[in-house]
Amino acid sequence: MTLPAPAADDHATTPGKATLSPDAAIELRHIEKRFGPTVANRDISMTIRRGAVTGIIGENGAGKSTLMSILYGFYQADAGEILVGGRPLDIRTTHDAIAAGIGMVHQHFVLVDTFTVLENIMLGREGGPLLRQGKSVARRELLRLEAEYGLGIDPDALVGNLPVGAQQRVEILKALYRGADILILDEPTGVLTPQETDQLFRILATLRAKGTTIILITHKLREVMAITDDVYVMRAGAVVAHRPTATTNSQELAELMVGRKVRLKLEKKPAMPGAVQLQATDLGLKDERGVDCLNHINLDLRAGEIVGIAGVSGNGQSELLEVLAGIRAPSSGSFTVGDRKITPQSACDPALMRELGIAHIPEDRHRLGLVTRFTAAESAMLGYQHEAGYRRGWLLDSRAIRASCDRLMERFDVRPRIADLRSANFSGGNQQKLIIARELARHPKVLLVGQPTRGVDIGAIEFIHSQLIAHRDAGCAILVVSVELDEVMSLADRILVMCGGRITGEVAAAEADERELGLMMANARRGGEDAAAPNQRSLRQSRAIP
Amino acid sequence: MSGRSVTLPRWVDIAAIPLTNVLLAFLVAGLIVLAIGENPLEATRIMISGALGSGEGIGYTLYYTTNYIFTGLAVAFAFHAGLFNIGGEGQAYIGGLGVTLVLLAFDHSLPFAVLLPLAVLAAMLFGALWVLIPAYLQAYRGSHIVITTIMFNFLASALMVYLVVNVLTPVGATEPATRDFTAESAIPFVHEILGRFGIAMDSTPLNLSILLALIACLFVWLYLWHTPWGYELRAFGHSEKAAIYAGVKTRRIILITLCISGALAGLVGVNEIMGVQHRLILNFTAGYGFAGIAVALMGRNHPVGIVLASLLFGVLSQGGAELSFENPAITRDMTVVIQGLVILFSGALVHLTRPWFERLFAFILSRRNALPQEA
Amino acid sequence: MDFDAVILTFAATLRLATPLIFCAMAGLLSERSGIVDIGLEGKMLAGAFAAAAVASLTGSVWLGLVAAIAISVFIALIHGYACITQKGNQVVSGVAVNILASGLAIVAGTALFNQGGQTPSLPKEARFLSLNWPGAVAMEQVPVLGPIYAHLISGHNLLVYVALLTVPLTHWLVNETRFGLRLRAVGEKPEAADTAGISVAWLRYRAVLLCGLLTGFAGAYLSTAQNAAFTRDMTAGQGFIALAAMIFGKWRPWPTLGACLLFGLLDAIAIRLQGVKVFGTIQVPVQLVQASPYILTVLLLAGFIGKAVAPKASGIPYVKER
Repeated sequence: MTLPAPAADDHATTPGKATLSPDAAIELRHIEKRFGPTVANRDISMTIRRGAVTGIIGENGAGKSTLMSILYGFYQADAGEILVGGRPLDIRTTHDAIAAGIGMVHQHFVLVDTFTVLENIMLGREGGPLLRQGKSVARRELLRLEAEYGLGIDPDALVGNLPVGAQQRVEILKALYRGADILILDEPTGVLTPQETDQLFRILATLRAKGTTIILITHKLREVMAITDDVYVMRAGAVVAHRPTATTNSQELAELMVGRKVRLKLEKKPAMPGAVQLQATDLGLKDERGVDCLNHINLDLRAGEIVGIAGVSGNGQSELLEVLAGIRAPSSGSFTVGDRKITPQSACDPALMRELGIAHIPEDRHRLGLVTRFTAAESAMLGYQHEAGYRRGWLLDSRAIRASCDRLMERFDVRPRIADLRSANFSGGNQQKLIIARELARHPKVLLVGQPTRGVDIGAIEFIHSQLIAHRDAGCAILVVSVELDEVMSLADRILVMCGGRITGEVAAAEADERELGLMMANARRGGEDAAAPNQRSLRQSRAIP
Repeated sequence: MSGRSVTLPRWVDIAAIPLTNVLLAFLVAGLIVLAIGENPLEATRIMISGALGSGEGIGYTLYYTTNYIFTGLAVAFAFHAGLFNIGGEGQAYIGGLGVTLVLLAFDHSLPFAVLLPLAVLAAMLFGALWVLIPAYLQAYRGSHIVITTIMFNFLASALMVYLVVNVLTPVGATEPATRDFTAESAIPFVHEILGRFGIAMDSTPLNLSILLALIACLFVWLYLWHTPWGYELRAFGHSEKAAIYAGVKTRRIILITLCISGALAGLVGVNEIMGVQHRLILNFTAGYGFAGIAVALMGRNHPVGIVLASLLFGVLSQGGAELSFENPAITRDMTVVIQGLVILFSGALVHLTRPWFERLFAFILSRRNALPQEA
Repeated sequence: MDFDAVILTFAATLRLATPLIFCAMAGLLSERSGIVDIGLEGKMLAGAFAAAAVASLTGSVWLGLVAAIAISVFIALIHGYACITQKGNQVVSGVAVNILASGLAIVAGTALFNQGGQTPSLPKEARFLSLNWPGAVAMEQVPVLGPIYAHLISGHNLLVYVALLTVPLTHWLVNETRFGLRLRAVGEKPEAADTAGISVAWLRYRAVLLCGLLTGFAGAYLSTAQNAAFTRDMTAGQGFIALAAMIFGKWRPWPTLGACLLFGLLDAIAIRLQGVKVFGTIQVPVQLVQASPYILTVLLLAGFIGKAVAPKASGIPYVKER
């Protein structure tokens, strides 16, 4: 896919450092932002050139969204300066940002579904207490903008009925209507089809041609390479690189994005996969909008094997876990556990899954994994509350419950070792350890794990990993989903890559290469852009597992 | 805004803040009493002496307490699952119908030992039946439980008026009410029992239903905190997602919770019909259903708190009656005002006082540690 | 039934529907902004008391109206504070309002007038009386048009006409003004309004205040127009019926008016149906007709009469989530 080349009079790319040129639409100097103990932005300095498209890439949690929120007035930086058009500006509210000409197209649209396009755009800038006057003025302006930037939308269409791509154009129009000449787009293509993405890029090219400054926040390398003029790479809250796009390539960006982390060396025997414990066939899931979250997923989990799923968050991994755990019913296809087949007609039932021997360590530990207002002892039996071991007759046996919790805490070194303490008062790492202890305690046949070490300290990470390996060796079939590529590579025996709801690649762990995986995650593998997902079964057969 | 957030100790959460909310309610009530030209302190004295100063007063107080416990438990039970059952008034009314039907059919033929459990079961069944439709609509169609239960309160009134006037009142009666039930079918009055032991006590409506109320408290406590179903109910109330993760079926839990809640409210019928009135009269529920909301909120939805709150409201009811007798300027409606104020301060404005405590503790902590105050 | 009786029934419908219309419009404005208001009943009751009390004390029905509005607005502010600023449970707050108003009205009434909560009967001068339009009496004999003009159009008191006027006014306010656009935005997607620089809280406060204004009218109507005094719990659940009408009307002014008129009609017929035999032998119980608005509400909420979709942000305190 090619895009119209930048206009000839566009700014020549100057490799290297940012200068205090008057060409800078925005300058960020030494921005710092903390949330409690977490440093979201660390000494960020950037120069955004006027009339160019600047990409900011990074993995989840790299700090991109926080930075843009500061720029748009949602947050205020703890330290640092923002200059707009060469002049320092104190952006306290979105009003200030809008007044400075900054417009933002959010990842999750803020549109009123029951309003028309015109009403959505007018909101906040109606031009008078009565709408009739304002509407005709707004309509003229809107049509003018649409013509100028090629953003054709019927002003009287109801936003709720528009396809997602069109809704995004409404968001862009909203910003332009308010006189934005700096446009921030936050992960704009996450919800778009390939065709809509092309359309968006055409619009961005037009905007750039007319002198609008564009900041594109994304994790998709292909898009960065396609449309940006230069790119900043962020990792763990800091800027790690700045390249003019023409001088770099996807591989380099992937490497910078993912980083050369110290790989935790795990002692592990080679896997000895046994019988298939769970088999998914052509599994599919549609969300309320009819968008495919999961697309033709074929998957085997064998006893004694860890399958890792790598991929940037939001590509269907969470949905896959939810379907396999019984929280959501599939829209198409099926999966089999033991002798039970789960189809779109089956009622979703996590309790049944547990009975079939599936344990689930959820990604969202706060909302699913435990009840924050329960004590640790109560959270330690979440999902297993009907077990005979917790009861004496019809009543719950609090002593048995507490003893069981103590054992779990002992085994996984959960601190403080107070079973009566409210779950919310444990640190994230200890909460996670408790949940893992709970799910592993019954030696499940299949273990589904989402982000096992998110927010967990280094020492605990090693322990958790070794526990997972130990259970693998004892015959458990484990599926691990993680955004930490490192973790997937060290834990898994077999790595699947998910992108856009499909499994886009499979690699044996021994052969896995970080860079290659990074590319697969960003769907930027050489010669494979948007090709139909390869038949996973034949792939598996062709890469025999030693 | 100060960056330091103070975690308040547990006793503040459990006792100090709720007490402060209640005190605020009473403070405002006192101001209102002042505004109508009466002395709030004097009024309080009369109320307390009227409620607790004599055997008769205590008897009446405890009789009111019984009903408040039932309706308070009903509201609190549903609250634990995150559901707001405002239909206690109607459920109590229909529960009374259940008791009435049992007694009308069997008070001549069955011994008391069989009648009582039958009547209790009928009260619970009818109370649960009256909430069944709203519960079903909430669970299966998402219809707002609050509005449907309010509607069913009115429907209960209409239905009962029709039944009592047209069906149950014996021909030739002077007022709309059923016939009197047999003396043997009445739940013994406490003053009668005490009398048999030689303890003299004035005649009051207090009867052994209060034991039933305490048993109900025990049941609720056991169910919610000591059974797997109560565990699931509370998990659902805290976090629907975690409950689903844990295998809870959403619709089922909504239905079961509300039906138990309705059953608890229905028990008012046992006290009123079988214990006090010994016949079915119109409007015997007299606002107990709504007071239950205040009791539950004040008692923080825990049986112990509900007993305490019910006692307080019992004192208010009896004291209020006494007060309106001695000082006609302050009628029993003042009790209703206090209920409303309690609901307001313990319910809608429950977080009002929290920042005050946080600031207080931050101040105390900083003084203790001699740290410089943050700007 | 003859033609005159039909006309008189419709005329009664208008008079019975008036408090419903006021309250339903009030509730509509509040809910469209995202604040659930169960307390319409309580505000109306408080307004009714205030109007009757002040009218009795001062002899001026206009002062009574002002008092009704003042007290309603005051209570609305408390509800607004609890819901908007304190982010409290909106339903609980509404229930508190109802119970408070019910008790306070009697307490104040007893203190002022010592008649068990009732206010003294208002003389004609201190009430809103029927207004006869010019030529009504003369036209009465004219066939068909005469009774319509004389009884249906003319002959109501001022507040009935005001109530009917509030419907197009509300429609205009919600759909044709900037305030209305922002109101609807705040009720459907407050984030959209917030990011557009609109203060969600201030807008909701204004909606709540308007709600108080209209319920004040409703209350004044009850005690100084429809009746001649305030009596205990005289609202008799009409605040909730108005809520039902609002849901029935899908939160839109004109369909809501239709629902209010329907409920009013049912009420007007109830009196006529007393003693009437249906199917020859079955006597329609008056309680059944009285209960029909409530039954209708439940049926509607069950989704049997079309789906009722509330403003999306209704009942959810707005917390800026970042």
